[in-house]
Amino acid sequence: MQVSEQDAASEWAARKVGEFLRVRQEQIAQRWADAELFRTVFTVSRDEAVEAGKAVVDALSDVASSGRLDDITAPGFQTVRDQLGRMAASRARTGSTPAQVAGEVAELHQPAVTLLRGEFPDPAGDQAQECALALTVLMGTLRLVVMETTLRQGDELIARQRLQLLEVATPVIKLWDGIVAVPLIGTLDSARSQVVMESLLDAIVAERARYAILDITGVPTVDSLVAQHLMKTVAAARLMGAECIVSGIRPAIAQTIVHLGIDLGTVVTRSSLADALAYALRQQGIVVAPRTPVGANLS
Amino acid sequence: MTGSRRAHPSRVPVLALGATLLITLQGELHDSMAEQLQEDLTHRIAHSPVTGVVIDISGVDIVDSFLGRVLAEIASHARLMAARTILAGMRPAVAITLVELGLTLPGLPTALDVERALAMFEHGPCPDPPHPRRANHADLP
Repeated sequence: MQVSEQDAASEWAARKVGEFLRVRQEQIAQRWADAELFRTVFTVSRDEAVEAGKAVVDALSDVASSGRLDDITAPGFQTVRDQLGRMAASRARTGSTPAQVAGEVAELHQPAVTLLRGEFPDPAGDQAQECALALTVLMGTLRLVVMETTLRQGDELIARQRLQLLEVATPVIKLWDGIVAVPLIGTLDSARSQVVMESLLDAIVAERARYAILDITGVPTVDSLVAQHLMKTVAAARLMGAECIVSGIRPAIAQTIVHLGIDLGTVVTRSSLADALAYALRQQGIVVAPRTPVGANLS
Repeated sequence: MTGSRRAHPSRVPVLALGATLLITLQGELHDSMAEQLQEDLTHRIAHSPVTGVVIDISGVDIVDSFLGRVLAEIASHARLMAARTILAGMRPAVAITLVELGLTLPGLPTALDVERALAMFEHGPCPDPPHPRRANHADLP
């Protein structure tokens, strides 16, 4: 049976590589410490680089012993995932592209293979070839793990920044006693409108507001979805006992709303934030008037 | 539950403040409680000079379609008997849930809290309070 013989051979090679990595851990780590990747990440001391290298070799040894050479989800990698991620992130900060980082990981391959071949009496023999192949597969998997970790960290960063953007982009401003305003800037999608709604309702409670102004001057386009989000926010504010005014409706947006046949229904709309504020003040019986000139009869 | 041994364990109290009735809902409202409440309320409106009803739901965590319907029914009962109903003290989370459910309770006036609701009755049905200095003043110059 050709196949099972081959399987047995590669299994043997994997075990052999695992053993080799365990025994030669110190030497491999010493050589890796001089490689570009470790040298540039651990600039403080060489010992640190050697320690980090040992941890990676340990992980590789575990993976090789478990026989899952080409499995990036092998349990052995879990222990060094964080460390690899930090190393990749540190290289990325200095301006390396992911491809360059991957290239640097690939450079770790050569010293390890040289050491491995030295283990065999005949460095070009079949057994040595088989083991070198297994180690190459294993190093390829390590490269994939590094790439995957890097990309996932990038995704996490993007998600975190998106959240921060949501919070930053929706401030609720108190304009007057009992009047709050939300200047909406950018496209209003459902995630943002949810945040706007929550922060507006909280502000209505905190400020005991009777009037809430939604200013859409900074919203580039209003389609039926955006209008629906606005209507929801208005309805929620009304349930809290506050009247909503939508302001900042530019001529182009007014035309779009009419063209689309969107019914803003009972929502009070004003063209500018100033108009909306004036409306809210007037509804509360507050008058803003120019100061009476000096000498005039005060009545 | 020891409360179940009392005479009326699940009755919502209806307080009279002058010509206004104050109903404070707390926690969950069961079918029987809702029915009892509607009966109590119509009885009270019919037998005393009530002009307004304030429903305080600040102690309610969840408003579902059932409670939404009960509130709307109470409002229409009261309106038929010439009393205005104001819903007061809705929490932000409840408001968001209601809007997502599509229950915007149209035609039911709302207030931030009981104090505001009572003030709305004092100012009469006009939404903006009459103000002597308001006359002939338009928006900002």
